[in-house]
Amino acid sequence: MKKDKISGDLGGGGKSSYDFVKDILLPIFDNPYLSKLDDGAVFDINGTQFAFSTDTFVADPIFFPGGSIGDLAVNGTVNDISMCGAKPVYISTGLIIEEGFSMDDLKIILKDMKVSADNANVKIVTGDTKVVPKGAVDKIFINTSGIGVVPENITVSCSNAKPGDKIILSGTIGDHGIAMLTCREGMEFETKIKSDTASLCNMVKNILSFGRSIHVLRDPTRGGAGTVLNEIALSSQVGIFFYEEKIPVKKEVAGICEMLGLDPLYIANEGKLIAVVESDAASEILESVKNDPLGVDAAIIGEVVSDFPGQVVMKTLIGGKRIVDMLSGEQLPRIC
Amino acid sequence: MAQALSEKMNIIRTTFDNRLCNYSDPAISKNLLKKIKNTCSRKIRLMEVCGTHTVSILKNGIKGLLPKSVSLISGPGCPVCVTSTYEIDSFIALARQNNVILTAFGDLARVPGTNSSLSEEAAKGFDIRYIYSPADSLEIAKKNPEKKVVFAGVGFETTAPLVASTILSAKKLTIDNYYVFSAHKLMPPALFALMSMRKTKIDGFLLPGHVSAIIGEQAYLPFFNQYKIPCVISGFEPVDILHGISALVKQIESGTAMLENGYNRIVSSNGNRRALEIMHRVFETTDVEWRGLGMIPGSGLRIKNKFEHRDAAKVFPLKVEKTKTNNGCICGEIITGIKIPSDCPLYKNACTPLHPVGPCMVSGEGTCGAYFRYHGSC
Repeated sequence: MKKDKISGDLGGGGKSSYDFVKDILLPIFDNPYLSKLDDGAVFDINGTQFAFSTDTFVADPIFFPGGSIGDLAVNGTVNDISMCGAKPVYISTGLIIEEGFSMDDLKIILKDMKVSADNANVKIVTGDTKVVPKGAVDKIFINTSGIGVVPENITVSCSNAKPGDKIILSGTIGDHGIAMLTCREGMEFETKIKSDTASLCNMVKNILSFGRSIHVLRDPTRGGAGTVLNEIALSSQVGIFFYEEKIPVKKEVAGICEMLGLDPLYIANEGKLIAVVESDAASEILESVKNDPLGVDAAIIGEVVSDFPGQVVMKTLIGGKRIVDMLSGEQLPRIC
Repeated sequence: MAQALSEKMNIIRTTFDNRLCNYSDPAISKNLLKKIKNTCSRKIRLMEVCGTHTVSILKNGIKGLLPKSVSLISGPGCPVCVTSTYEIDSFIALARQNNVILTAFGDLARVPGTNSSLSEEAAKGFDIRYIYSPADSLEIAKKNPEKKVVFAGVGFETTAPLVASTILSAKKLTIDNYYVFSAHKLMPPALFALMSMRKTKIDGFLLPGHVSAIIGEQAYLPFFNQYKIPCVISGFEPVDILHGISALVKQIESGTAMLENGYNRIVSSNGNRRALEIMHRVFETTDVEWRGLGMIPGSGLRIKNKFEHRDAAKVFPLKVEKTKTNNGCICGEIITGIKIPSDCPLYKNACTPLHPVGPCMVSGEGTCGAYFRYHGSC
């Protein structure tokens, strides 16, 4: 990394974020839990496997179609713990609030957190509040950390994908990112697209009943499905081959992406997962995902291969092939 | 403004609706590919002028499906890529003015000027805001009456009418703190410039869809009549592009040259008269420098004297020297189709989307950026 100053893309979830974690954070904090680069750390205390994860939420705007920063803060951490193959149990929250922020808005956000926590059957058991001078943060930032218990017989990790495995995507991609984009000030879209923010813990609970057939679970948040597939290919040193025609994308999301020159593969999701699973069990696992209300559009999108380790290749709709790389920098809308 | 914007949105919406009508259909694509393979008997070099074409070709893996004898080369149709260093330096100088908010399209953020870029200036604390539509810029001016809001006007005929209408709206809405620095460029003069360059060997042109929707098929007649080279106006979906290539190959193989409109569901003979009328009410043509192509007569748009109080180039005391950049970047040869990104020693080494040396790597529509992202397909 050749940066003197922190730039926006470093937190964007794409290649810059990945390089930052790998080149700056890892050498400083180096330990075997962190170096797996999973969504959370999994460790053993007295014979029980725990998963522990943290995430900080900044959202513009803080209220958007389909939810608020409060929903994101709880669902995000619940999902990160779930992606470790764990059942989330307890959550903490840290609020950093800009002086002058509306008390009514804060109450709405807190109530959203409570509803999301109840839906996921987790409790918010500890927290902290700081207020900073106007301008020091944008309205409100929320950190949540959470802890969960990993059932026996589960070994889910980004590095566990094996050639022959099938890849399941739990639903349409790009909904959250496009919902946020279209309700931002100055955008002149009238759409019905809602953020997909949701807790995936019930879906994961069902998936985990397939035990060791589940190799990798990831939620494609910032950086999108394209970046997560690359992370799996790199961590597991395998190739990933998938089919554009299998990727579920809402028509409206595809239309807005096309108009702005954005690729839905790199747009954020907040209620979707990618599961890499044993081939023999794939169709049964897909059925289980589809039975969940959040997984009705789920599909097997491709497979893990031994060719081109570390790379992701997509067969396009018209039969061409192209490499799907990690997102480099932020996606920029095109001019014409 | 809203009218012009919705016109642009409608254009693209129609494209999208048509996509639902099998514009990515594998069977139709296969047939077109078969036709191209059966017709093509020699080496053919086609230029896709527009950056959106380049991206679609790479994203859909079209290069890998074509016979090896057909090569597609990318042209100068990425507005960011042809913006000169002088223009970038001018935007930076404007952002540094007291009490100024500079608004720009996000593509411009990382384009290197002589010594800095807009994103570096923003990190220093200058007020630079990235917008999605020129109308946003006017809105920012309205909300910040104590500031001077300058829009960095970059783009072709697709964007210029939208910018022109912000200037007209500013008058109507009495928003006095709104200015534009016009670095807009026109496409047909660039085609003349390309053909006059000795090194470019082009057998046919895939002409841009969006620009053509505004200027119309007829706008290419002077160019076509002078050079008699096969030209097909094409849309951006895979079937559009394959149809365009097929039509060009057919013309070339049969020794004919025609100006064909392969995108007539969007592009009319005379274009969008209303958009053109708005554009010409505010702008007039001028000679302007294109990065890579040099000075092209009549290829730029400057603000007419009638609106000079909105012209940031006249209102602000800018002292920007015209510099020649010599950083090893071969963007110029790439956007004229003489070289491809992998010919550049900087490509993927010193020059990546995260650390771009030249503008072609910055923009998503830039040839180098598109090649980097999709590895020239595989």
